[in-house]
Amino acid sequence: MNDVAQLARLMQGNEAIVEGALSAGLRFFAGYPITPSTEISELLAARLPLYGGKFIQMEDEMASMAAIIGASLAGLKSLTATSGPGFSLKQENIGFASMAEVPCVVVNVQRHGPSTGIPTAPAQGDVMQARWGTHGDHSVIALCPASVQESYLLTVEAFNLSEKYRTPVILLTDEVIGHMRERVILPQPDQLKVIDRKKPPAGLEKYYPYRPGKDGVPAVADFCDNYRFHVTGLVHDESGFPTTDADVAEKLIRRLNNKIMDNVDDIVLSESWLTQDADTIIVAYGAVSRSARKAIKEARLAGLKVGLFRPITIWPFPEKEIDALSRQAHTMIVPEMNLGQLKLEVERAASGRSRVIGVNKVNGELITPGEILDTIIKQ
Amino acid sequence: MQNNANKYLRSEKLPHIWCPGCGNGIVLGAITRAFGLLNCDQNNTVVVSGIGCSSRATGYLDFCTLHTTHGRALAFATGIKMARPELKVFVLMGDGDSTGIGGNHFIHAARRNIDLTAIIFNNSIYGMTGGQSSPLSPLNSRATTAPQGTFERPFDLAELAQGAGATYVARGTTYHANMLTQLIRNGADHKGFSVVEAVTACPISYGRRNKMGNGYDMLLWQKEHSVPVEKARKLTPLEMEGKFAIGELYKADAPEFTDIYERFIEEKQKKNKEERQRGVN
Repeated sequence: MNDVAQLARLMQGNEAIVEGALSAGLRFFAGYPITPSTEISELLAARLPLYGGKFIQMEDEMASMAAIIGASLAGLKSLTATSGPGFSLKQENIGFASMAEVPCVVVNVQRHGPSTGIPTAPAQGDVMQARWGTHGDHSVIALCPASVQESYLLTVEAFNLSEKYRTPVILLTDEVIGHMRERVILPQPDQLKVIDRKKPPAGLEKYYPYRPGKDGVPAVADFCDNYRFHVTGLVHDESGFPTTDADVAEKLIRRLNNKIMDNVDDIVLSESWLTQDADTIIVAYGAVSRSARKAIKEARLAGLKVGLFRPITIWPFPEKEIDALSRQAHTMIVPEMNLGQLKLEVERAASGRSRVIGVNKVNGELITPGEILDTIIKQ
Repeated sequence: MQNNANKYLRSEKLPHIWCPGCGNGIVLGAITRAFGLLNCDQNNTVVVSGIGCSSRATGYLDFCTLHTTHGRALAFATGIKMARPELKVFVLMGDGDSTGIGGNHFIHAARRNIDLTAIIFNNSIYGMTGGQSSPLSPLNSRATTAPQGTFERPFDLAELAQGAGATYVARGTTYHANMLTQLIRNGADHKGFSVVEAVTACPISYGRRNKMGNGYDMLLWQKEHSVPVEKARKLTPLEMEGKFAIGELYKADAPEFTDIYERFIEEKQKKNKEERQRGVN
């Protein structure tokens, strides 16, 4: 048996998220049972204590989100996992984490909706909820894995981004990827880059927890670690205390947005495949990108110049990349398990240079390669 | 009562935002004096609050303080306490905050018997939003959303807490400020989920609408309608009608949640280490 074979494991998507989180330094999980994300809770209930970490099943989704924010402020890397209905309930406190700049990761294993929908069936209906779910203008980072291996890697990435930018990061996976089992090769610990939040230097005479550094991110101390300070969801100045001053409010909300939007080159991940000579680009993410890959292979066999663009980071949206591709492709096809949510972003970034066609399905079934191929041929 | 209470205040943040006649300042005073009696370590204590008039108290207290979302203070505090069980954690909430929007978190914190000291400022009304009825507004009392009086029976906060599993339950008033200080101190000293209900006056949004007079009159109302628990236990329900008991209402010893969980972690790690060693051998 060679080395690679020894390292290879058969693993479920949700299980890979657990492994990724532990590799990234997860020490606190709070959750509430919900299909199809429950495996994450179940596995962490058993695994976290082995690392000295804490697991708690809270009384509801709001409480789970609140508890991970509390634990993160106390210094622990924190995670919660849920699906559509629970994601809606968490939005209030996701906004708090955004406003109070508390690093944390929220997994949403998307299922069919609205409401209870088909709890066991996949969908991609929460793309816009991930972006705009909590009230008020705010920035957000959302990552979208397309394989079990990537579920692992993007979970680590989600923690790194949340620690670096002090913002909630959403891992927006789906029921297909979450429940699928495939071969993975997990990196060795020394091959992984793990980022920890920056901390203020000790012994400052006057400490401003919300004074941003050059990167727009403040060095908020962990609770009871050198400094006493106030954290609130109210508009606050650099000292952390509330104010209704219009200039302070304007500056704060813009900074919260800019710390993400000014760093899209650092944050945004995407994959381009067979796009070099393509005049038709399939823009697909998550489970659907797997069907798209198969459809493109078939189309290429038929001599059609089709390529795949796969946003891995869907928020912030990779608009520069779509802009560039729209200058070579006459058509972009956006297959999604919703009625066309990310398609709106593709249209915006392509700005009329490419025709944008949706392939949409909301019956709880994965879009098939055949359905995408049909659209490629008919377009 | 003279002690080092003032050092627990962020005095540069005063004066506070509360209305003239409001009892919240008296509750805050009792809390700081209790901190003084406890000789509370400011660098190892976190004070968490929800949303509402009372929850602005965290801004005036010189600790690591966390002003959370409406009703969720106990859930945030649960995360903090689990993450760092060595920290002392106080949670300040209002009546609507803790029993309306936060009712679920309240009963579950009590059920877990997690070592938090919850202090509920009960002014019988949603004050910050201008006087709407709360789950602790007395039956028939008037509020902006109950112009003819409420049709709903209120919770008895102390019975709710005890029934849900809290292991220290007390009630004080702003009239009995020294007693309130002692109750908060004893609640904080108790290991487990402690609930101290502080009956406080909202003359602007509750008193005025219910013809209870000004802040001073409402303090006297507290005096006249409260009965020390030792005496209350000897009275019949009829004799207690319209009155409420004050003092230490309930106290019990029970395993504390973070203690149990920390022991579980220790044992699990130990077992895992032993298994690994056996595996190697």
